[in-house]
Amino acid sequence: MEMKKVTTKSMPYEAWKDNEYIEKLVTELQESGANVVVGALDNLINWGRSNSIWPLTFATSCCGIEFVSLGAARFDMARFGWEVARSSPRQADFIMVAGTIVNRMAPVLRRLYDQLAEPKYVISCGSCAISGGPFRKSYHVARGIEDIIPVDVYVPGCPPRPEAMIYGIMQLSRKMKVERFFGGVNRKEDRKKYLAEHPIEDC
Amino acid sequence: MNNYTIDNSQSLTQWIDQLLNSCMPSWLATTVECLLVGVGLLLVYALLALFYILYERKICAYFQCRLGPNRVGPWGLFQSMADAVKMLIKELISLNHIDKFLFALAPYLVIIASMLCFAVLPWGNGLQIIDFNIGIFFLIACSSIGVLGILLAGWSSNNKFTLIGALRSGAQMVSYELSVGLSILTMVAFAGTMDVGKIVEAQADGWFIFTAHVPAIIAFVIYMIAGTAETNRGPFDLPEAESELTAGYHTEYSGIHFGFFYLAEYLNLFVVSGVATLMFFGGWMPFRIEGWDGFNEIMGYIPSVVWFLMKAFVLSFVIIWFKWTYPRLRIDQLLSLEWKYLLPINLVNLVLMVVIIFAGWHF
Amino acid sequence: MAELQEKISKRFPGATFEEGETLLINIADSSLHDLVKALRDEHGFDYLVTIVGFDRTTALGCVYYLASTKTQRLVSVSAQTTDRDNPMLHSIADLYRVAGLYEREVYDFYGIVFIGNPDMRRLFLNIDWVGYPLRKDYDSNPELNPVSIENERQSDTTTEWVEMPDGKVEKREHTIFEEDEFVINIGPQHPATHGVLRFRTSVDGETIKKIDVYMGYIHRGVEKLCEDLGYMQTLHFMDRLDYFSAHNYHHGLCLCIEKAAGIEVPERARVARVMMDELSRIASHCLFLGTFCMDLGATTMLFYTLRVREQILDIMERTCGARMTFNYDCIGGVIADLHEDFVKDVKELLAVIPKNLKEYNKLFTGNVIAQNRLNGVGVLTREDAISYGVTGPSGRASGWACDVRKTHPYSGYDKLDFKEIVRTEGDSMARFKNRIDEIEQSAHILEQLVDNIPSGEWLAKVPKVLKLPVGHWFQMVEGCRGVFGVYIESDGGTKPYRLKLATPSLPAAGVVDHITRGQKIADLITIGGSLDYIVPDMDR
Repeated sequence: MEMKKVTTKSMPYEAWKDNEYIEKLVTELQESGANVVVGALDNLINWGRSNSIWPLTFATSCCGIEFVSLGAARFDMARFGWEVARSSPRQADFIMVAGTIVNRMAPVLRRLYDQLAEPKYVISCGSCAISGGPFRKSYHVARGIEDIIPVDVYVPGCPPRPEAMIYGIMQLSRKMKVERFFGGVNRKEDRKKYLAEHPIEDC
Repeated sequence: MNNYTIDNSQSLTQWIDQLLNSCMPSWLATTVECLLVGVGLLLVYALLALFYILYERKICAYFQCRLGPNRVGPWGLFQSMADAVKMLIKELISLNHIDKFLFALAPYLVIIASMLCFAVLPWGNGLQIIDFNIGIFFLIACSSIGVLGILLAGWSSNNKFTLIGALRSGAQMVSYELSVGLSILTMVAFAGTMDVGKIVEAQADGWFIFTAHVPAIIAFVIYMIAGTAETNRGPFDLPEAESELTAGYHTEYSGIHFGFFYLAEYLNLFVVSGVATLMFFGGWMPFRIEGWDGFNEIMGYIPSVVWFLMKAFVLSFVIIWFKWTYPRLRIDQLLSLEWKYLLPINLVNLVLMVVIIFAGWHF
Repeated sequence: MAELQEKISKRFPGATFEEGETLLINIADSSLHDLVKALRDEHGFDYLVTIVGFDRTTALGCVYYLASTKTQRLVSVSAQTTDRDNPMLHSIADLYRVAGLYEREVYDFYGIVFIGNPDMRRLFLNIDWVGYPLRKDYDSNPELNPVSIENERQSDTTTEWVEMPDGKVEKREHTIFEEDEFVINIGPQHPATHGVLRFRTSVDGETIKKIDVYMGYIHRGVEKLCEDLGYMQTLHFMDRLDYFSAHNYHHGLCLCIEKAAGIEVPERARVARVMMDELSRIASHCLFLGTFCMDLGATTMLFYTLRVREQILDIMERTCGARMTFNYDCIGGVIADLHEDFVKDVKELLAVIPKNLKEYNKLFTGNVIAQNRLNGVGVLTREDAISYGVTGPSGRASGWACDVRKTHPYSGYDKLDFKEIVRTEGDSMARFKNRIDEIEQSAHILEQLVDNIPSGEWLAKVPKVLKLPVGHWFQMVEGCRGVFGVYIESDGGTKPYRLKLATPSLPAAGVVDHITRGQKIADLITIGGSLDYIVPDMDR
């Protein structure tokens, strides 16, 4: 079976740095045998979802300022349709964890994630969110957010340049393109498992 | 009725009417017509909303030296389509501790209110869904239903932010309803009728903004201010003031329910500009200059629907321009603007209009 | 200073003195309050710069840095206690309004209880946090204080320790909000708090009755981290506190270390530092103008101001290689020479700034709505500004000339011609206009320097592993938001024994409650925006 080359507009497939990951996802999808009709509908849905990624206004530190720059005239994330930053997590599609997450913030972040409406995604942006970064040894810093919420895309840097953030969100968009809405093959399962392993009590 | 416009829409509707009546009983024909109108309305509604969302995003991008959406489809034309597809399949979060029925009802109220207003807008020559003698009255009545939806949304969400947003919105919309009503009333007094069709016809020889000069201009300015406030748009976007109340009354809504609020906001924008077009800029009437027959002839060739939409879009552009230029008012300033300034001016203006009508000082 | 010393030793016979860069008065805890009161009332030391907590293993205590707003003199007072299990000092919260906040911070880090402070809650850490992190014997085992996803517990009462006439100390509790108050949580994730700050706001309709500020959502323990790193290594944290004043903060820490080590900085490096400081001041104020207007609803302004900021970031990127975390100033100078296009770029920038400022004023400052939103909102009087320690453009808007570049000139600022912008209205509009005017002044400074950059070395010879002599030093610089103070205490080793960063954002957040009472919810956004605090700077 021929490999579907997932890419976004004006970005050749070869220019992506980590095609193995997306190829693995596509293979899994093909092996599970997507129905033709559902596949077409899936394509429409994925087209909509991958082209309309609304961020949650969420920033804790330096990376957040670069996120502001990302919205400004030079980098203009509006070109991709990402500029509709929603302040209410119910209406956002992904949360860009831009900045250090400390012990006190961890429950808040988790709550925000739980408040996001499905389908929801997380981009871990900057070294602090990835691993704790320069503050890794601190007594009050979470060493990476993957213990708190599941992460889809990591964007390294301290802070990452806006170009890197664009690349990161494009990767997320690409990831959405190979998902199946009906049937829920890949990601949903992972998340369920994840949430079972990291439960929180109802409040 | 207007011999200078060659318009197909009138004959088209008549032709459909005849065709349907010729092959089925009249009750069925009426039902089919109603259905056709309903489907058409929904379609126009959805397309307009999508267009408006893109329109605003593009305009604000150009104000801000940006490009705006340009990746999805040619020139980003399908951006709002993609948003709509996504919004349709987004999860509708069910919350605990809320009034589920009212919570679900609110967005529909809001969207129905704006949809009903569509019924009386004069889209083109003969292209009007319902044309009856109190059209304007109906319009004002319908647009007031929207506030109910917003109040319910804010209250039923059981959230402090939404509650404050809803109360702000209630205070704001009830106040500004007055100004909208009074400025429309001024023009109704001038036209002498509440029938939308007749108001448009009365403007065949000159739009009201020119024929009724000073009071019409005052009424227009007030209408634009109050109309912007009615639609909860900046600088009057207090109910959903993002930097104060996160997302105001619709903080707790997700998926298509939020989509309804989002669409209704843009459609209200269209309704407000549509009404302004109707009351001040001659509805679908083409632009005419007395004596310039060649020019009038050319203007007459442009279809009336295009005239109406173009005028509405230009007025919407002005409202969008407000939003992206001015900072937001504070709630007390907002209310004092209405009760201390707009309302008295409006009342004086109404008297002025009556004087002008009686003295015959109009064109 | 000798005269002051004489007077004090007469009144407080127990006091001992240490001469240093500032006079240090050691005093017993029992006379601490009286001494500070005397210093404030009789000698004009009306501004509490900071309270530095310390743990010298044998004793826990505090150093209070006081300054006079008239004579600009600095004096420090030190008090300590040897009781490690139950350390207590007397509070000076009734003398300086900001002291309450600083004492909470010391309590949070060292566990020192301040008798008489009406609000002895922890400031940055959760109430069930085990241990006091800046104590030398703190157990940093992460299992003791794990990263939890359970909602944190919070107390609705504050604790006060009151000294009875018989000398016994009693614990009392005060409720923060009454049962029937309508309390809204603004933050920590809220678009207008400029980061993760939380206001528990009690409202009556739209009117604010009381605000309880919650911090610590981005407390990263920089001061503790610095104690484990060499002096060179501590520098890079300065980029990440107030990320808009990265250069200024670097400058401050470098000056402090250089002062301690006696390192002479080459002239070229000094000029480069000053120029970078002023560039970042312009960039920072530009971003302030943008985000402030955006908070008020005029979103478009943000995009216009960011245009200038991007241009400045380009200049910095050419020289420093980064857009935000520059790490440019280093001990002994700057890390790299200025880029060859630097002069040309700065001149281009200077050419566009007046045009842009005119545009901003046209778009926003003159607007009727903006005027109504800002005039008379959040008035901070001069006395309160000093008592709350609100420095920077916000303090100067209240009529307090607190620019360190003028009061304690460093790096050749005394040779430069620039005006200190002081307004007396003290409202949000004054704070806003002050920043616009400061952009002009910074541009003026750059104009003077851009053609006079001396040639030569840009980095002095500094040993690879730097050791400071035993002692302590304090250095203030003017950050973009106000006075940034660095206190270094050295035990003679390669690492700082104690490094305290006194940042301007903490007092700015502390004053919010005071000036928003009785205003509308929308004014909270205006006031918070106009004070322009940066949350990572506040929490450190």
